[in-house]
Amino acid sequence: MTSPASRKSYGVKGAPYAFLLPATVLFALFFALPIGYAVFLSFRKVHVSGLGLGANARKEVWAGVENYTGAFKDSELLHGALRVLGYGCIVVPVMLGLALLFALMLDSDKVRFTPFTRLAIFLPYAIPGVVAALLWGFLYLPDVSPFYYVLAKLHLPQPNLLDGGPLYLALSNIAVWGGTGFNMIVIYTSLKSIPAEVYEAARLDGATPLQIALKIKIPMVAPSLVLTFFFSIIATLQVYNEPTTLKPLTNSVDTSWSPLMKVYQDAFHRNDIYSAAAEAVLIALVTLVLSFGFLRAANRRNKQEAR
Amino acid sequence: MSTLAVHKAAPAAGTTPGTARRPPLRRRIALVPTITLLLGAIYTLLPVAWVVIASTKSGHELFSTFTFLPGTGFTQNIKDLNAYRGGIYWSWMGNSALYSGVGALLSTAVSAFSGYALATYRFKGRETIFNVLLAGVLMPPVILAVPQYLLLAKANLTDSYLSVLLPQILSPYGVYLARIYASAAVPTDVVEAGRMDGASEWRIFTRIALPMMIPGMVTVFLFQFVAIWNNFLLPYIMLSDDNKFPLTLGLYTLLEQGSNTPALYTLVITGAFLAVLPLIALFLIIQRFWSLDLLSGAVKS
Repeated sequence: MTSPASRKSYGVKGAPYAFLLPATVLFALFFALPIGYAVFLSFRKVHVSGLGLGANARKEVWAGVENYTGAFKDSELLHGALRVLGYGCIVVPVMLGLALLFALMLDSDKVRFTPFTRLAIFLPYAIPGVVAALLWGFLYLPDVSPFYYVLAKLHLPQPNLLDGGPLYLALSNIAVWGGTGFNMIVIYTSLKSIPAEVYEAARLDGATPLQIALKIKIPMVAPSLVLTFFFSIIATLQVYNEPTTLKPLTNSVDTSWSPLMKVYQDAFHRNDIYSAAAEAVLIALVTLVLSFGFLRAANRRNKQEAR
Repeated sequence: MSTLAVHKAAPAAGTTPGTARRPPLRRRIALVPTITLLLGAIYTLLPVAWVVIASTKSGHELFSTFTFLPGTGFTQNIKDLNAYRGGIYWSWMGNSALYSGVGALLSTAVSAFSGYALATYRFKGRETIFNVLLAGVLMPPVILAVPQYLLLAKANLTDSYLSVLLPQILSPYGVYLARIYASAAVPTDVVEAGRMDGASEWRIFTRIALPMMIPGMVTVFLFQFVAIWNNFLLPYIMLSDDNKFPLTLGLYTLLEQGSNTPALYTLVITGAFLAVLPLIALFLIIQRFWSLDLLSGAVKS
């Protein structure tokens, strides 16, 4: 039977899939296929026969887990991972601490200049990471930096910001500068959604603003802190732009400073796409394990608190 | 200077708890929060202020005068930038606008379709499709970009505008935001009513749902615009012809050459200054339209 009703319900049934078609096709082509291809490549290698001359001398063959064992043994990759770990240990707590602090300050009573300061602190969000690294890079350069000028006038020692330990601080500062405002806004909007009665009740009980902040505001924005934490971890694992941009300004950032830079280096400069693919897959796995582990831990805590 | 302000702020910190017991009227400004926020603003504005001033300096002044003293070379710097390789800088800016504008528009459309479908229909595989799309957020761009490059190379598409544009159309985060927004803004009753009146699903979407979703989609558009404008890695991997470079990549290559010839530093600085301007303009627009509740909505769900 082809009554209008049945035809219409068929239309409704098919509609969501039709609406999702562009996203699904794009996902298949630009996410699933590349990931599958990377996994495939990570188990391959080039076999060179003879002198490597002639059309069939270079053949792609199955490599098993060779590329993975190679990646585990690769000290450059390990050092890159450790560098990013150190960098992340500075960036994540400082950035989120500042974001929370600024959000609480914006949310407190009788504050002045909030539209201006909120705008100013959020501004770096609009500035590309490369341009941010470039601006700070110049501020770190002794020849043009105002900091060095001030230090020199005060006859204070002038540390080299682009080398050794200070380099971590210099790089972290760029990430903190760029990311604090966005996280501040996320936390601030969720602070704004706390009903005013909650504060009234707390004030009647004699709570100080500090107590209100610590005992009411922070726990109530915990979900947004979890979200910002999550985004920051992912961003940290993917750090690439800032060290790459600082590279021309200093000899201390090499081409494999972070694991992602190492992947790029192996894929496009050493032309070893197979090792690069294995490293890329490993980094993706670490990201997935860390994010899901983190989300599960956060969920479990939330559930415990809800009980 | 900043340490001085902190010292000033410190004694005030001790007094804040006292204000809790119904503060007397004379305290009209909360000092500690205000000063903290102003310090934050100084911190974020410092590099921007620096680049504004540095772009006015000639190459000689850059290395010889105090950094926060304006120079005399601004018009000359602009002229130099104009002259550099036949004004390639302006191609970079045009390319950035093209990648970001077209990319964000397509991305918003795809997000709106998907978000609407995920929010208003109950169908088999809904959560699976959503979760799989979301997992895309977790994929580090370079992990995707390297095999994307290799695959696009097989299709002879690398070093083309499409190679930068296509991979950025699907934004998992955009789909996520669109779903949240659609489920909040489009009531199912209205969709049902449209069906009763015999409207097709497509018509219901374009005539009823889409207008309701517009404010949220503006957010998704701006979000994607900024994300594509700021992207560096993908064009870095895909492009070798510098006429197709976006600004980020162009400035980076300029800086790379500048490390050998410091004369190019003024060009990099002036270029960086001009690169920041359109985004600050966009940013001021964002302030008006940016529906921040959307972000916190994402948190609450």
